[in-house]
Amino acid sequence: MKKSVFLGTLAATTVLAGAAFAGTLDDVKARGELICGSNVALTGFGAADAAGEWKGFDVDLCRAVAAAVVGDGTKVKFVPTTGETRFTALASGEVDVLIRNSTWTYSRDNDLKFDFVAVNYYDGQGFMVKKDLGVSSAKELDGATVCIQTGTTTELNLADFFKSNNISYTPVTVGDDTEAQRQYETGACDAFTTDASGLASTRAAMADPGNHIILPEIISKEPLGPVVRHGDNNWGDVVRWTFNALLIAEEKGITKANLEEVVAAATADAAYDPEVKRLLGIDGDMGAMAGLDKEAFKRAIAVSGNYGEIFEANIGASTPIGLARGLNALWTQGGLQYAAPFR
Amino acid sequence: MTIAVEPPKAAFRLSMLIYDTRYRAMTIQVIVLALVLLFVGWLTDNTIQNLAAKDKDINFGFLWARAGYDIDQQLIPYTNDSTHGRALFVGLANTLVVAFFACIFATIIGVIAGVLRLSKNWLVARLMTVYVEVFRNIPLLLWIILSFVVLGETRPAPKDFRVTDEMIAAGESPAATMSFFDSVAITNRGSNIPAPKLTTDLGGFELLGVPFSFAVLGTLALIIGSVLVNNRVLAQAKAVQEATGDRPTTWWKSLLILFAPTLLFLWVLGFHLEYPVLKGFNFQGGISVAHSFTALVIALSIYSATYIAESVRAGILAINRGQTEAAYALGIRPGRTMKLIVLPQALRVIIPPLISQYLNITKNTTLGMAISYLDLKGTLGGITLNQTGRELECMLLMMMIYLTLSLLISSLMNIYNNAVKLKER
Repeated sequence: MKKSVFLGTLAATTVLAGAAFAGTLDDVKARGELICGSNVALTGFGAADAAGEWKGFDVDLCRAVAAAVVGDGTKVKFVPTTGETRFTALASGEVDVLIRNSTWTYSRDNDLKFDFVAVNYYDGQGFMVKKDLGVSSAKELDGATVCIQTGTTTELNLADFFKSNNISYTPVTVGDDTEAQRQYETGACDAFTTDASGLASTRAAMADPGNHIILPEIISKEPLGPVVRHGDNNWGDVVRWTFNALLIAEEKGITKANLEEVVAAATADAAYDPEVKRLLGIDGDMGAMAGLDKEAFKRAIAVSGNYGEIFEANIGASTPIGLARGLNALWTQGGLQYAAPFR
Repeated sequence: MTIAVEPPKAAFRLSMLIYDTRYRAMTIQVIVLALVLLFVGWLTDNTIQNLAAKDKDINFGFLWARAGYDIDQQLIPYTNDSTHGRALFVGLANTLVVAFFACIFATIIGVIAGVLRLSKNWLVARLMTVYVEVFRNIPLLLWIILSFVVLGETRPAPKDFRVTDEMIAAGESPAATMSFFDSVAITNRGSNIPAPKLTTDLGGFELLGVPFSFAVLGTLALIIGSVLVNNRVLAQAKAVQEATGDRPTTWWKSLLILFAPTLLFLWVLGFHLEYPVLKGFNFQGGISVAHSFTALVIALSIYSATYIAESVRAGILAINRGQTEAAYALGIRPGRTMKLIVLPQALRVIIPPLISQYLNITKNTTLGMAISYLDLKGTLGGITLNQTGRELECMLLMMMIYLTLSLLISSLMNIYNNAVKLKER
């Protein structure tokens, strides 16, 4: 009798442990805090500043999701993850969502059982070398020593690139960006390779950014985006549409500064753009469809502004990282950022 | 008349399992065993259920899939087209080679330090005490990182070795030059040492994907053969010495037997050294030893040597002073006393802790991940795990391999221990 109770409890715990991942949205709401898997320190994308405040392009997306779900963009706990630990952290439920320049690939989507719900940065792998090396193309790197971060798609691209160009290299496999940077700076490797955005970020953090050049070759497609666990569709939709909301906001010219004015104007004017009204929760209750409230997406935009604002503030041309919008411009401006209609 | 007195046999009752001391121990053991099995079963079941809940299965099929990444140091041939399984073996070989060299150097340094710590020379003894206490009381990881950073940051970059035409015209010398008569180049990336090469290739064969060259096998066979023949010569000399009290001169015979056949064989095959040359970004040719390997061997050796030194010291102290005094009384010099009388006896005490030190060294090689050394943990437990996402499978495999490795080492060492231990007859 007692034994069967014991076994019953065991079975129940097991089932609960399995089911715990299903309702991430409810978990986050109940906790009142979003746990976001972030970079350890990638200036511009995800890094804690001197005051311990997390800042960056990916970080702002985390804050937008937190604002949409729990109503406050500051209610985020950032968990720094390395290239090696990030997917384990997500799979085990240690983080709710992983927004840490992770490349969307077939095997990660299917074999690792994740869902890439959006692409917040279209990137590609590049090389950085010291200026005095006298190299102007990646194809001149025959015999070079290349520093590379392990646990990434970049080490596979690197092998493919050198092989298809019939040139050789010596890999130095490094655990994280900071160690790769140290080894590159001491000259333990001739070139450092990672996503072009990451190179720009690393270069900006160096003491002598002018002495390093990023080679023109982009050797891969690296669509980076937020990742959630496979099978929790509702939660995936929430993250996807929070990102889409930021894109639509840029498309419609809604910024952090004019948000309240737009709300006032849209409320007053019956003929105002209906998509804006739906997005900001003035017309209908679109938030409820995703398990959120009416003003969820309005709050998401209010945290750090629309997609374009987040881009410019963290990694844009005016920052030390100085990335151009390029592929990440809106589709209306020749880029690839295209949000599905909000209706 | 003798009567065998037997206690009356009481009928077995179930309560005796608890109240009868004859059965109680057994009962408890059976219950504990059942509980342990139940717990293991529950753990396994829980794992499988949770994996199923996450739509994951246990599948080792990835070992036969293309790895796609490159490994710097390869003792067996490997390209990025090889399988993950092969990457595992490349990593395992890298683990073994580090462990092998670290064990040898640690033993040498450890024995010397242990003996010197007991030296009558105050300065030498104190210096060794300082060495032992400093090195073993600072975590190994710090020594590894320190050696790596020191090697990397103090040595010049390969381009500093370059001599251009303009420099020759101006009569300038390069910022750095190669050491040992221009044969070894130590850069901030690694050491390039001359590689032994043969002009005549005897061919070879492949076994389980590992290539064997007939030239290497032939050389090994010759060396082993020479040693065996030399042993016979020495045994004969000993027999003559025991019979007549006169030891025949053997040194020239030994020299001839030990070296002549091998050297002749290598000379016929055209043995020469290939020196590293600066070409492009790096030194090419010769053998390139990455600093991650060197740093790992250095740190593991000097750290583990301190523990070995302590075992050696304990072993020597365990030998009765009377033994040394007796040796001195017979007129044996201190050096020979140590070598012939004390150390052989001390080995009995030294070997068992030495086994565990070798095991520690082997397991500690995993710390190489801190300095990007691609050992088993770096390939199977690092890149393969990340690229395939098969954490559980990789971890299980890795644990199994390290366990097998440790058990192998300890059983080999136990055989040696049985050979030297005190024979009780």
